[in-house]
This record gives sequence, C-alpha cells and structure tokens, in this order.
Amino acid sequence: MKRVYVNEEWCLGCHLCEYYCAFANSGKESMIDALKGETIHPRIQVEDGGEIHFAVSCRHCTEPLCVKGCISGALTIEDGVIRLKEEKCVGCYTCVLSCPYGAIMPGEGKAVQKCELCLNNTHGTPLCVQGCPNRAIVFEER
Amino acid sequence: MSLEYIYPEFEVIRNPERCIACRACERQCANEVHSYHEEKGVMLADESKCVNCHRCVTLCPTRALKIVKTDHTFRPNANWTWDVIRQVYRQADTGGVLLSSMGNPNNYPVYWDKMLINASQVTNPPIDPLREPMETKTFLGKKVHRVERGKDGRLINNLEPGIELTTPIMFSAMSYGSISYNAHASLARAARELGICYNTGEGGLHEDFYEYGPNTIVQVASGRFGVHKDYLNTGAAIEIKMGQGAKPGIGGHLPGAKIVADVSKTRMIPQGSDAISPAPHHDIYSIEDLRQLIFSLKEATNYQKPVIVKIAAVHNVAAIASGIARSGADIIAIDGYRGGTGAAPTMIRDNIGIPIELALASVDQRLREEGIRGEVSIVVGGSIRSSADVVKALALGADAVYIGTAALLALGCHLCRSCQSGKCNWGIATQRPDLVKRLNPEVGTERLVNLVRAWTHEIKEIMGSMGINSIEALKGNRLMLRGIGLNEKELSILGISHAGE
Amino acid sequence: MKRYVIIGNSTAAAGCIEGIRQSDRDGTVTVISKEPYHIYSRPLISYLMNGKTDLERMKYRPDDFYQKNRVTTILGQEAAKIDAQNQFVLLENGQGIPYDELLVATGSRPFIPPMEGIKKVEHPFTFMTLDDAKQLQQKITPDSRVLIIGAGLIGLKCAEGILGQVKKITVVDLSDRILSSILDVEGSKRVQEHLEEKGLVFYLSDSVLSFEAGSVALKSGGTVPFDILVIAVGVRPNTELVSEAGGEVNRGIVINSHCKTTLPHVYAAGDCVESFDITTGQNRVLALLPNAYLQGETAGLFMAGNEQESLPLFPMNAMGLMGLHMITAGSYEGEPMLIQDGDTYQKLFIRDGVLKGYILIGDIKRAGIYTSLIREQTPLDEIEFEQMKLHPQLIALSKQKRKQVLAQPH
Repeated sequence: MKRVYVNEEWCLGCHLCEYYCAFANSGKESMIDALKGETIHPRIQVEDGGEIHFAVSCRHCTEPLCVKGCISGALTIEDGVIRLKEEKCVGCYTCVLSCPYGAIMPGEGKAVQKCELCLNNTHGTPLCVQGCPNRAIVFEER
Repeated sequence: MSLEYIYPEFEVIRNPERCIACRACERQCANEVHSYHEEKGVMLADESKCVNCHRCVTLCPTRALKIVKTDHTFRPNANWTWDVIRQVYRQADTGGVLLSSMGNPNNYPVYWDKMLINASQVTNPPIDPLREPMETKTFLGKKVHRVERGKDGRLINNLEPGIELTTPIMFSAMSYGSISYNAHASLARAARELGICYNTGEGGLHEDFYEYGPNTIVQVASGRFGVHKDYLNTGAAIEIKMGQGAKPGIGGHLPGAKIVADVSKTRMIPQGSDAISPAPHHDIYSIEDLRQLIFSLKEATNYQKPVIVKIAAVHNVAAIASGIARSGADIIAIDGYRGGTGAAPTMIRDNIGIPIELALASVDQRLREEGIRGEVSIVVGGSIRSSADVVKALALGADAVYIGTAALLALGCHLCRSCQSGKCNWGIATQRPDLVKRLNPEVGTERLVNLVRAWTHEIKEIMGSMGINSIEALKGNRLMLRGIGLNEKELSILGISHAGE
Repeated sequence: MKRYVIIGNSTAAAGCIEGIRQSDRDGTVTVISKEPYHIYSRPLISYLMNGKTDLERMKYRPDDFYQKNRVTTILGQEAAKIDAQNQFVLLENGQGIPYDELLVATGSRPFIPPMEGIKKVEHPFTFMTLDDAKQLQQKITPDSRVLIIGAGLIGLKCAEGILGQVKKITVVDLSDRILSSILDVEGSKRVQEHLEEKGLVFYLSDSVLSFEAGSVALKSGGTVPFDILVIAVGVRPNTELVSEAGGEVNRGIVINSHCKTTLPHVYAAGDCVESFDITTGQNRVLALLPNAYLQGETAGLFMAGNEQESLPLFPMNAMGLMGLHMITAGSYEGEPMLIQDGDTYQKLFIRDGVLKGYILIGDIKRAGIYTSLIREQTPLDEIEFEQMKLHPQLIALSKQKRKQVLAQPH
C-alpha cells in the first residue's frame, strides 16, 4: 500500500507541508482564503532540533493501536488506510494516548484529527507530498 | 556618520493580500532578509541583504513575493553607470579587490545569437528524426592517421584511448568545494544515466563518487589537489587545467571556511586551510613542459586514458592550441570568457579573455591549416546556453561542448552571482550542511537528465532539418551557418558567410 | 470447523471476533450476552447523557458487524454455567451451547458497599451500562440535586454527563482527593479546582454515615439533600462463571500471556481478568478499554491457533472532564519529574532508567510517544531524553530508530 514516507536527510524544516496540509483539509478553494490570518492545525507536523528536521504524520500502521484502543469505533482501517469517522468521535483522546508517533491530535471541533492521505479531500496525491520542495516527503509503496 | 550606505539593488515586494505569514521565506533565506513581526503578525524584509536568488519567491506557497530591481537611481549616465559607481564606493570603503562569481555578465556581443542555421529544402530533403535513425554518439580523442588491416584483411584497431559519449554534451569542471557534495552527486549520477561525462574540477574526487569513474573526467590543476594514482586511473579521461574562461591567467582561492572535513580529505589538504591554486603550473613554462606532464599522466595510467588540456580563450588561442595539439594531448578544451566560476576578481572576470565562438573558429581553422586537426578533439565551453548553441558550436568545428552554468541552472541556480558568499540558498555553491541538504540529488539528477535529454531531442530535430543524420557530419560544417549583423572581419574569423549569401 | 463461543458482547468480544477472523473465516462464532443490544461502547454512556453521541453513533461496530464476521448472537440471555469438562455453556433458559474454544469476557459490575439506610433511597443508580444511562436520563430534571458517591473515573464521567442538566451535583469520596487511581495529589487538586469552577461540590475524606429519605448524613457531620443518588465507588470483576467451573481466580480471572485461563479451551479477557502490569511487575485488574481489546484480540488469535503474543499491558487513561483533558499511563513509581507551565501539568516517573508512568493534564499533545516509551521499556540513556522532558518528541529517538519509524512500513 502507498504510504507517506519521510526522509529526514532531505527535510529542510520549511514547514510548508504543514501549510499545504492545513489548506488541503480546509475545504477552501485557495490557500490564501483558507489560511490568511488563521492559526493552522495541520495533520502533519514538523519537528525541529538544530540541524535535524522531519515531518510526522499518521504511519497507517498495520497493527494500529489507535484503532484497537478507540472507545467509540470512530477509527477504522479501510483498505489499509486509517480513517476517522468524525461524527462518531467524542474526543476522549485515547488515540492520542495510544499513538506511538504522536500523529493523532486534538482537532478544531470535538473530534480528533489525523492524516487520511488526502482521501477525505479532493487533492489527490497527499498535498504535503506535492508541496514538499525537496522530496523529503514521498507517497509510495515500500 | 557612515558613508558606506548604498541603496539596495533589489526590493522585496510582498503582496500583503496573498501573504499568509507561513514564514517559509524566513526559514529559507540564508541571507536573513525576511523576518516575522510577532506582534503585528506580518513578515518584514531587509532588502539590503537580498541577493535576488529567488529561493523565497520559488517556495512561497501563495505566490506573494517578487523581487524587483530598485528604481532608486543616480542621475543617468551612460559612462558612470550604477554598477561602476557602486564598485567605486565599495572599494573606497574596503580597499579590497572586488569579487564576483558565475560568468561575465557584461553587454558584449553574443556571437551565437548572430549566427543562423541552415535547413534543407527540396533538393536535399530534411530528415524526420522520429522516423529515421539520427546518431548523436560522439567520440573524443585522436583520429587514426590511416586505416590498417591485418594479413587476413581484417581491421586493426589502432585507435588511441578516447571518450565515447551518447550526445556531444558534458558537464564542465566544477570542484567539490566550490560546489556541494549533493551538486556533485547530482552531476555524477546524471552523467552515468545519460552516458556522458562530468568533470571533477580541481578539487579531487570524493571517495563516494569513485563508482561513477567511467563517466568522470578527473582534473589536474596547478594546485594538484586530490591527485593520486587511483584518482587518475578512476576517470574516463584526465584533464590538465591550464586556464579557466572566467579568470584566465590567475589562480584560484578557496577560502579555508569551505575546506570542511570531507573537502579537506578529498583535496588532501588540512581542514580550514585556504586552498590556493597558483596562476601557473610551476612545472610548466613551455609546450615541452606541458608534454612532460601529459606523458607523466599517461605513464601513470598505462596509456589507457586520453588527456585533455583545458585553456581559457585568450588572444593568441590558435597558436596555443597548435602547440597543445603537438604536445601529445588528445583533446583540447577551450573555455570562453563567459564561463562561470565560484569566485573571481570582478575586473578579471569582466575584462579578460575572448568570446568562445571566435576562439573556436580560429583554433579549428588553424589546426586544419596545419594538418593536425585529427590529432585532437576540440571541446568548448564558456556559455553554451541551449541546444542551438550546441549545434552552432559543432558546426563551427567543436567535437563536443561543456555545459556548466546551464547545468547549475538545472540544479536550481538562479544566477544571483553570489557563490563567493558561501551561502547559496539552493544548496549548490556552499558547504554549509543546512544549505547543502536543500539539493536532493534525486531531484538534481532528474532535472539534469531532463535538460540534456531535451537538448539532445532538439539537436536531432535541428540536424534533421539540415538533412544531417549524425554529429560526425555536422562537425566543422560551417556551410550550415550564416552570420547576421556581423562585419567582414567577424565573418572571416568565424569562417562563415553572411545571411543571404 | 471450530465452534467459538464468547460470553460477553463488548470490547473484548469485538477484539476476539476480529482476532479469530484474521485467520479463521470458517469456524462458527456465537456471542452470548445478557444485554439485548447491538455491540456498543460502554464508556460512551456519559457522552450519550450530554448529547455528544447518540444511540446510533455509540455502536462500537457497524450494524453489519455480526453479519460480516458471521457471528450468531444470543442476546438478552445470561450464561449460567460453564461445563468445562464437556465443553458447553449452559444458558439461563437451560439451553446448552457447545464450544471448542470459549472466551469469557463478562466484564465487571458496580460494587455497592453496605451503607446505613440505603433501603430508604428509592432508586440508587449505578453508571455502567446503557440501561443505567437510559434510566438515569429519564429520572433527571433541571431541578434535580444529584449525589454521587465516588470521585473516580465513573463518578466524574457521570457528573460530566449530567452537568448542566441538573441543579446541583455533589460528589462524596472516602479518599482525600479525586481520581486517586490515576492522579497524584497535585494533579488531583488541579482537576478538582477545574471541576469546582464548573459547579461541582466535593466532600472528600468523607463517607456516608446514613441515608435518610431525600438526604444523606456524612461522617464529617454534614447533611446533603439530594433527589438522585449515583453509586460509583468501584467495580468488581465478574469471575463467578470461571471460578464455579474450577478455574483459578484471584481479584480477577487468572490468565496467562495467551489470555488463557487455567481451564482447558477457556480464555478470558477484559475487565474480568487480572493482567500482568509491566510497570509494576505485578498482576492486577486493568479494566481499560484499549487493554480489553488487545486481550480479546490475543485470545481470538490463540483460539484460532494463531500464536501471537499480546503487547505488554499497563494502566492507561485518557479522559476529558468538562473541557479539561488528562492522559495518564503506567505506575507512579520512581523519581518524579515535574513540569508545570501555565495550564500544563506534566509529571514523569522514572525508575531503573526507564519511564514507568506519566501524568499529563491540560496539554496532552503527542502523549502516545511517552506511552510508547513505557510499552517498549526503552532505556532512557539510549535516547536523547533531555529533548523529550518538556514535550514528547520523536527527535529524541536515535536517527536509526527515527528512520525505522518514518521511512519504513509498519
């Protein structure tokens, strides 16, 4: 299955993936409309430490602790992709407790949010991948 | 009060309607032009630091940025121009030699743009390269004097060692040190993928790149950095660098700051020490001395490697080339005055040397007249900008071309001409690890391969239109060129007729 | 073709069904439950009360779950007995259900301590099942004064569920602090202050002296009038089916690392069992939903002959109370490392060079990275722990480990 993979060797810490992610999930037509004057809540997050930078988003584990621990059944696996049924989520954050990568985070509403590989929007190839200027984030089969 | 202030050359124009304050510009500018004002929540710019490299412009996700030349002006003066006045001010402030990089930017004639290519009509029909074979394979090295056959009538291979290229284009010499590891990796991988050669420049060969040996030309320059037996034997050919188009007659100086661990190891000099290439090779003061070095190198490589001698295009280039052709070299590389560099004194870069077009024509002509054209192949560089330039160079008599600046552009260079600062925002002319990583060789390789493939397609199209189906038939075929807007003298040096003739 | 039988219809049951079906598509699966409902999530009943979910959305698995997994359900029927020798479950109605492999996932029930005068209270509620919630929902009015005995997870989630729908909520607990099972003294205080701001009234270090009609007399001497009583002092594992069948039971049903009881072909999982807590090295009842699922799944895998050990277990809790979130895990043994920063409260517990437990209140972002350190018992000297003290971050891991995490499928 194609997943988002990150190669920290090429990550520049420009944080553009976060902005592309926030835009992709905004439902807006243009990035300016979506993000101007807003604090962003991206589903991918860059960690910075000196010379080291890398982005972290859902790994779509084959044995996902978030899905197994979800108290409401809001997190499911569909064709290998971990999907979130927002309307079922009550925001208990058991998934935040469970995810070893810190890749699920409180959302703007009551539900949590996570990377769904842009399957929940109309951007096709995950927009973080499209927007990465140095191919540090790729979407491929490994 | 300080008199140093000079109004910045460029202005950063940020469209506040579009800027989302993502701060990518700030994070990506090694010159620290951009900053974020926390309280106001807006981005600011200090344009005095801007070198106009376009890194911020390219990465801005909302296309909110552009860089414009300032309209701040001195009283107009065709003689004392902005650049000239600024240079004077800077030197009055510092007392130093002005430094620049990349090629001569001045408004000298570009002869490539004053030559037009022929096409076949009716009697000698053009060839469609999509339907018929079109050969771009190129061999560099000495030609055989005569065909020899054995007693059984079979051909005897009496060819001297040479270079085989799939297309008549090579990446010109750029040293590891002047450009980054990742830039080198990109060039090496692309050369292998394309079946051409790249050139180590004078900085030696990083151990990681030995695997690309068959596609590598290893250079021996006056500093002899990183030269040893394995190095010589690894390459497809050895190039003796006598001169460089951007700074003929002077040596090189790579500041100690760029001699970081790996560069130091590769160059075989101490970390942090300046790498100084003398202006001359201290063992070469005559063609005979050059011949000694050529044969030393051949001896060291068991006569398996062709030797290239690279010179800058200068006034008496034809005579020099004649000497080189007689010295045992297999290939002469000539670098025009627009050739790039990582750093050169501005006055040298902008005022020394001659155009490659004229140098090439006169060298080819001279070697033909002396009957020694077959002794050497001619490779030219120093601002080959397009496939049309390649075709024109071949028609003027070159066997192949070197591209340097064009290759760097493919890697992301935006010709800000600030290589000497070591803060290349594109990860090319820098050794700063955070900047070097900006050039992912996977991307770099792909873009270089794209460029050379595209040019090769175009070369085939142009040759087809001329009714020519191989590089061999194009070489030195000056009948295929016509001058436009050139005077008699220029036409005679170029050895071409004027358009309409 | 194997016959699988599961007693219970909650999280561990779902884990078991999904575990079995990973490898055995053919065997028959029968689920027996005394509750008459499609599988639902019990922890959601407080969210049902305050409207954050509804009966439809609180289904733990979709409507076609049983059908897709080819499960036969016997709902509204209680299992009365396990005949381990002859391998069948006897239902209350006398029907026998034979099994080849059995999972006991009977959960727990509220513990109701003997209290003076409790008979005088018309309807003491507990807060555990959907029926409990439905009944409580019917009873409360905007004028209700609610008394909750127990300031633990259940009692306070109940309070959250009804907050704003009743006039007053009073909570009494024997302990000197709230949420004593998951928080330390300081943390409890922070949460208590928050809940008090929301209008809850606490009587701590206190307990019931006696109930009168409409009020309770407390040992401290106070009297609290109330209309509705909720008892939430704790739960007891439902272990009787196994103990009566001769299986070993301590505080919970005793199982091994395969989730197998001491009875042949009988497995157990979830709130009814005692599990090995890696952070203390002792067996204890870890009545938590994620653990129930993992155990159920492990049991299912083994029942189907798929030998796959369960992940290590330990206590863990994520919970929000009236807008304040907290995440805790492990045990609070060893050297505590406290960071208080504005609204954030973070305490890490380190012993023998590994993270044993943590408490996060307020800013809970990326807590799972800490959980993972506990789960994998990562020696802290193998990572740049300094970089993780303030916030959980992957950058503290080794370069190689980061590569494994971010650049390889898993």
